[in-house]
Amino acid sequence: MTTSVSPAPGRCVTHFLLGQPSDLAGHIAAHGPLAVRGRRDHGSVDALLFGLERSGLRGLGGGGFPASVKLAVARSAGAGGTVVVNAMEGEPESDKDKVLLTHVPHLVLDGAQYLAAATRARRIVVCVPLGLDHIADAAGRAMADRRGAGHGRVGETVMRPPHRYVVGEESALANFLDAGVARPQFRPDKGTPLTIGRRAALVHNTETLAHIGLIARYGPDPFLSRGITEEPGTCLVTIGGDVAHPGVVEIDRGTPLHGVAKLAGPASGAQAYLVGGYGGSWVGPSHFATPYSSMSLRTVGASAGVGIVVVLGRSSCGIAESARIARYLASQSAGQCGPCVFGLPAIADDMAQLAEGRADDQLLTRLGHRLDVVDGRGACRHPDGAVRLVRSALSVFADDVEAHRRGRPCEHHGAPTVLRLPIPGGPP
Amino acid sequence: MSVKITIDPIACDAYGFCAELLPEAISLDEWGYPVVDGHPLPLELVEAARRAARDCPRRAITVTTRRTESR
Repeated sequence: MTTSVSPAPGRCVTHFLLGQPSDLAGHIAAHGPLAVRGRRDHGSVDALLFGLERSGLRGLGGGGFPASVKLAVARSAGAGGTVVVNAMEGEPESDKDKVLLTHVPHLVLDGAQYLAAATRARRIVVCVPLGLDHIADAAGRAMADRRGAGHGRVGETVMRPPHRYVVGEESALANFLDAGVARPQFRPDKGTPLTIGRRAALVHNTETLAHIGLIARYGPDPFLSRGITEEPGTCLVTIGGDVAHPGVVEIDRGTPLHGVAKLAGPASGAQAYLVGGYGGSWVGPSHFATPYSSMSLRTVGASAGVGIVVVLGRSSCGIAESARIARYLASQSAGQCGPCVFGLPAIADDMAQLAEGRADDQLLTRLGHRLDVVDGRGACRHPDGAVRLVRSALSVFADDVEAHRRGRPCEHHGAPTVLRLPIPGGPP
Repeated sequence: MSVKITIDPIACDAYGFCAELLPEAISLDEWGYPVVDGHPLPLELVEAARRAARDCPRRAITVTTRRTESR
């Protein structure tokens, strides 16, 4: 399933996640024991805050929130809270949480330990979806080794929330751990700290934590030596679709999109990349050279999301694939907000009609209006992702849209999907 | 002073009273859920907005008043 491209020999010291030792003995040999001293160790807290701010590290779970700000917010909410390792990876095209917890669990857990010390948290909870037992087992084994070796001050446990797309949204995860309800919360002000049991909850994606683990030990400089000046560091990308070797790779930020895709082996010729996952955007060939960085991706209407590039080959239909994604996202609504509950199925219906070449005269007008009306009206960003995906499809596959609208769908609209969409009623 | 209406989309159950009470600022989408235009509310509508918030059966509407900072 997964290939990981190891860093070039001799470059391990300059902040790479993949290729670091998997076992605790190797981890300690490479990096030494945790440098967390006491609960009142202001020096190391200040150093961590400084390191995170200086590195410019942003959350890699899709939100892109600055890690230093998130830490400051959690610190303001007082001691005794929970650090949550978010390995929920609801996005079917993404594998990085699985790769990190099986290949470098100690980097991830170290990051959580440093944050627990900085926020004076009481516990660390690693969330792995139900059904992914081998990942939970890998995390559990790493934790047992750490306990045995006295590595880490704060207790670490594994929790198993349901495996649904929106459960990985941080307010849904905090809600699950707090009240057993795996649904997003309405938070008009994202600066309000999340809570579990009335105490602060600091929720971070596994990859963000792995970076934090390294920045806490080595300071921001190794991270800053990677990537591009405007956006330093490395990041993980899961490459899938029409490529020879799908899997997770680690890239320097700023690598051109086609350079990223090439790491998964030669493609048979791509007509578009799906960047950021199912709630992301299609990017057409005229923008294949776009650097993989937030700022550059934004200029072509995309964002890195959770770190996904799906290559769509020449023998696929972008409209049909987008219709499948729209249907899948509609099925994954948490069922709380009207615009999402009713809007996403309506948008998916329009896309299905378009894909099959059954568009009525009003379809594109109606669909455009529905996209405008649904955008930004959920408690979480799930509907916004669906809107972004469909809008990008209408623009990138504009010629196909026109053919489909006229009832002459492109020749590949019946081709099997290149996506990893779960089969309805099938295993997750 | 600027006044803003926020709707809690989780609490809202599409009763639609708000659009009756404050049609100048709230319309309903095709499924009956309120759409707020997002502009600051004209001051003459503030009382009507408060009434819409009070009368919402799901208590889903918040009217927030923020003093505009003078420079």
